[in-house]
Amino acid sequence: MTSQKPLKIAIASGKGGTGKTTLSTNLAAFIAEQQEVVLVDLDVEEPNSGLFLNGEMIHEEFNYKMTPQWDESKCTVCGICRKVCNFHAIIQLGPSILVFPELCHSCYACSELCTVDALPMVPKKTGILKEFSSGNLHFIESRLDIGEEQAVPTIAKTKKYAIGKFPDAQFTLFDSPPGTSCPMMEVIKDVDFVILVTEPTPFGLHDLSLAVETIRAYKKPCGVVINRYGIGNNDVIEYCQNENIPILAKIANSREIAELYSSGKLIYRTIPEVKVALNEILDYCLNNVEGGNK
Amino acid sequence: MKIAFTSSGTTWESIIDPRFGRTEYIVIFDEESQELSAVDNSSVKNEAHGAGTATSQRVFELSPDVLITGNGPGDNASTALKHLKMKILVNAHDLTLRQAYEKYKNGELKEV
Repeated sequence: MTSQKPLKIAIASGKGGTGKTTLSTNLAAFIAEQQEVVLVDLDVEEPNSGLFLNGEMIHEEFNYKMTPQWDESKCTVCGICRKVCNFHAIIQLGPSILVFPELCHSCYACSELCTVDALPMVPKKTGILKEFSSGNLHFIESRLDIGEEQAVPTIAKTKKYAIGKFPDAQFTLFDSPPGTSCPMMEVIKDVDFVILVTEPTPFGLHDLSLAVETIRAYKKPCGVVINRYGIGNNDVIEYCQNENIPILAKIANSREIAELYSSGKLIYRTIPEVKVALNEILDYCLNNVEGGNK
Repeated sequence: MKIAFTSSGTTWESIIDPRFGRTEYIVIFDEESQELSAVDNSSVKNEAHGAGTATSQRVFELSPDVLITGNGPGDNASTALKHLKMKILVNAHDLTLRQAYEKYKNGELKEV
């Protein structure tokens, strides 16, 4: 492997369940056989990369967001707070102000515009960040608490933590949440390259094309990995050719892979074809992706 | 007594909107004056989150004694509505407002 600028790579998909975590964990472990790699699980609503990696926990910290807390003794019930809240996180029922912290986007408008300081911002725990270490592999994940609705601030914080701690790692892989909404955009917006994992089915193709549109809006280069290759049809391949999107690798549909995955094992260690696919992906990234994006 | 309905329209023949937060209209029947009036709630369509609390605020300002709806309010709306001394009756979906009102009068709607 040639040495170059650090590469930040997101592993995303439109459709859920296509194999983002399978690819993220296997690629990270494979790279770690030779050099340092950081894997960050940003699917903070249901992080599961950690199930496949046995590391020693070296750090944990709570994640917080700032939300207003009503001080009844100061409040004049003028109602400005609820009028300026775009998220309906504050309502006014007669002489009472009700704050819904889960709906709050921490914009501070209510708190700043309150003329009597009756809504000071206070930290609210939203989840937990953990860092694990296993040889060359550094693994970081964040997990939202049950009932928390907003993934984006946690994703932003977790990325910042990872990049701040390992600014020079040759590879930082971000395991993205599925879909193409704000959480996914928060993951891809400042990476060097996006690997899109899809399956060769009409549903897979539909969501792949949505993901490609999203990535193009951010002007990020991307490549496709076709997982469960052999099912469905050839439309994904055709689509990639028409859109000039490189197909980095294909991973065959196989019961053995599913069984290994289900028992929490890394598949490339048992299945040589997967190791070949990982090598192809890595080669492509090293030779075609320009690093150092901010 | 003032009765509020979550409604898909503005008349007695309109069908109950089963949703609380995202109901199209809030229709109020004032038993004293026998007057039926409707409040357009369609602005919540543009809200990704917070429809329940926004509609709760609206309902609070209308101050009904009884709310007749379908599925029942969600978590946030329930928290808000607890602060109101209002009877909440659910499972009125698929009924017209008139049918729902009759069922309420006969005590056939479930209270939460």
